Amino acid sequence: MRPVPLAYSVRNLWTRKLTTALTAGGMALVVFVFAAVLMLEAGLRQALVATGRYDNVVVTRRAAGNEVQSGIDRSQAAIVESQPEIAIGPDGTRAVSKEAVVLIAQPKRDTGVPTNITVRGVGAQGLALRPQVRIASGRMFRPGATEVVVGRSIAERFDGVAPGERLRFGGREWTVVGTFDAGGSGFDSEIWGDGEQMMQSFRRQAFSSVVARLADPGDFERLKARLESDPRLTIDVKRERVFYEEQSEMMANFIRILGLALSVIFSIGAMIGAMITMYAAVANRTGEIGALRALGFRRGSILAAFLAEALALAILGWAVGLALAALMQLVRISTMNWQSFSELAFSFALTPAIVAQSLAFACAMGLAGGVLPALRAARLKIVDALRAA
Amino acid sequence: MNSLKLILRNALRHKLRTGLTVLGLIVAVLAFGLLQTVVDAWYAGANSAAPNRLVTRNAISLVFSMPLHYREKIRAVPGVRQVAPFNWFGGYYQDPKNFFAQFAVDPLPFLAMYPEYRIAEDDLRAFLRDRKGAIIGRKLADRYGFRVGDTIPLQGTIYPGVWSFTVRAIYDGADARVDASQLFFHWEFLNETMKQRQPRRGDQVGVFMVQIEDPQRSAAIAQAIDALFKNSLAETLTETEKAFQLGFVAMTEAIVVAIRIVSFVVIFIILAVMANTMAMTARERTPEYATLKVLGFGPGYVARLVFGESLAIALCGAALGIALTFPVAAWFGAEMGNFFPVFEVSRTTVALQLACAVGVGIAAALLPGRNAARVRIVDGLRAIG
Repeated sequence: MRPVPLAYSVRNLWTRKLTTALTAGGMALVVFVFAAVLMLEAGLRQALVATGRYDNVVVTRRAAGNEVQSGIDRSQAAIVESQPEIAIGPDGTRAVSKEAVVLIAQPKRDTGVPTNITVRGVGAQGLALRPQVRIASGRMFRPGATEVVVGRSIAERFDGVAPGERLRFGGREWTVVGTFDAGGSGFDSEIWGDGEQMMQSFRRQAFSSVVARLADPGDFERLKARLESDPRLTIDVKRERVFYEEQSEMMANFIRILGLALSVIFSIGAMIGAMITMYAAVANRTGEIGALRALGFRRGSILAAFLAEALALAILGWAVGLALAALMQLVRISTMNWQSFSELAFSFALTPAIVAQSLAFACAMGLAGGVLPALRAARLKIVDALRAA
Repeated sequence: MNSLKLILRNALRHKLRTGLTVLGLIVAVLAFGLLQTVVDAWYAGANSAAPNRLVTRNAISLVFSMPLHYREKIRAVPGVRQVAPFNWFGGYYQDPKNFFAQFAVDPLPFLAMYPEYRIAEDDLRAFLRDRKGAIIGRKLADRYGFRVGDTIPLQGTIYPGVWSFTVRAIYDGADARVDASQLFFHWEFLNETMKQRQPRRGDQVGVFMVQIEDPQRSAAIAQAIDALFKNSLAETLTETEKAFQLGFVAMTEAIVVAIRIVSFVVIFIILAVMANTMAMTARERTPEYATLKVLGFGPGYVARLVFGESLAIALCGAALGIALTFPVAAWFGAEMGNFFPVFEVSRTTVALQLACAVGVGIAAALLPGRNAARVRIVDGLRAIG
């Protein structure tokens, strides 16, 4: 079976520029929404996966769900610290950070609306446990001083957090002495200070969480089983990476469900557009189809030619839509994470998987819109078709 | 009259094409309506706020509490009618997915402040007598099949342990804008239990709901309350209930903005489809338009024919889409009750749907209509569709 040359299908699109542009434009918008949603979800996951390390564990009060609601008192924290699975740092102390996590409301620079920011009081080992955190400007806070350093996203988006400025919370003034870069992770949306100072100023007796490095990541299950069955403790033990993934679960699900539902609904519109265009193409070219059949092209070839035309339309829409979506990588979204009730900034991330998924989605739209008109074209009888011209 | 008939006949000439276009419009109008309703649902809390209610909270942020004795000080501020402590409980029922709002409240002042929660007299008395009793909303009761007398065990997240409450009353909202998926229980019960379990966390209040005599003086009263606690360990921030609720919306503003943008994207998608339909239709009928002109009809008449057809199709799609919005929104609201306690299609939404459809109808006919009006008789008669 000889195929109809591809140039026939492509040139037909070129001839009807306005119709092609409108149909492909509709598809491009759908692809844009589809790709943007997937990119947003991927960006959120990247931010939170980068936040947690596989060999760190986070200990919180049982069923607390997040650090702000959790409370681990000093005696419980000491029990966790003394577990044999926990690594010992170069200076001979245990790689454990007992942290106090609270939220403060601070006005956003562009809107002036007070927004919750996570303030994390970290222990002496807090930085060593998160190697992704680096000081970008200024210096680190000194242990025992009322000093804080702010994450990159906070420094960009909030007022009153530039180095040298003072933040007032917990009845004290905290001097901002530097900004840090946490490589796009969730820590970029936090303010860090000395844990013991925070405990005192907030008059807390209990830490929010205990973060520890495992000497051997494979020991996690043993540590978890022992700690969670210890009658002196009512705690949850999680790998840090899993902990932060769970923090974003609700948001990621919301984005995905809403986004996919929208993509499917919108794609109906684009498919109808493709169908109208292709039906018109078939109707206008009835004579041509008859001529092609008379020249010896089989029904299958005609079907393939019209499907190719619909696919070419879809691929054009995909290219434009994806190019638009790729521009979204420049945008950084910041919103409140419902689960931690605090500000979280993340970007749109374009991954190879999304490129492939959106291509498959566009082709599916093109095929779904093109298959009925192509079938009609293939079913035309030679004599009728030639007579119609 | 005759031209109306001509327009309708023209619209029905390509039944398949017109049908598909109308179908596309229905989908777009429906999707637009649902998205606008989702945005409205975001603002539901702010829309049901009353102007005579203020909210006092810890100035640092909502996760910090205030001592109970603030209640008496706030009550003594001139212009304040009553004060009710109000704590977010934040527990879950069986699984973290089963999320609904639970609050510990001081029932008498609280219910007096919120007349929109309607409770039967007998049920209210039963609730007041039972220290472990709870009042739940009608939607919540329907979702999990709770009935009066049932026990609801909640796993605490902020307040550790499992807490069991007995349903003593079910409230109805005064209108559809009232969130009827909440659970309220006795603040005293929470406080006494916490005093036993963790004495340091006793006598701590999340927020105070403050009812004032005169809504006009809300700003002055809010300032007077905050001035009382200046330089104390727990400084306060008092704002109207509406501002308080809008604060929540503002924190997730990026999502609201994204949904708004996307809801207009669907209109552009359908505009492309509709414009394509009209362009093809007008191109095919070029000889007819020329013929009409030969017969003496002016360019304005020909343009009106194109616009009329486009508008007729758009209005048809809009009418069906709007009609479908209500049942679909009702179904969607029932399915997504966890996320959106209030899900009502507003009049503004319907008006916007109609306006968008008319806009699409007009915009789609702009180019084809102009071309049809401008076509020269000789060229038009020569053209083949």
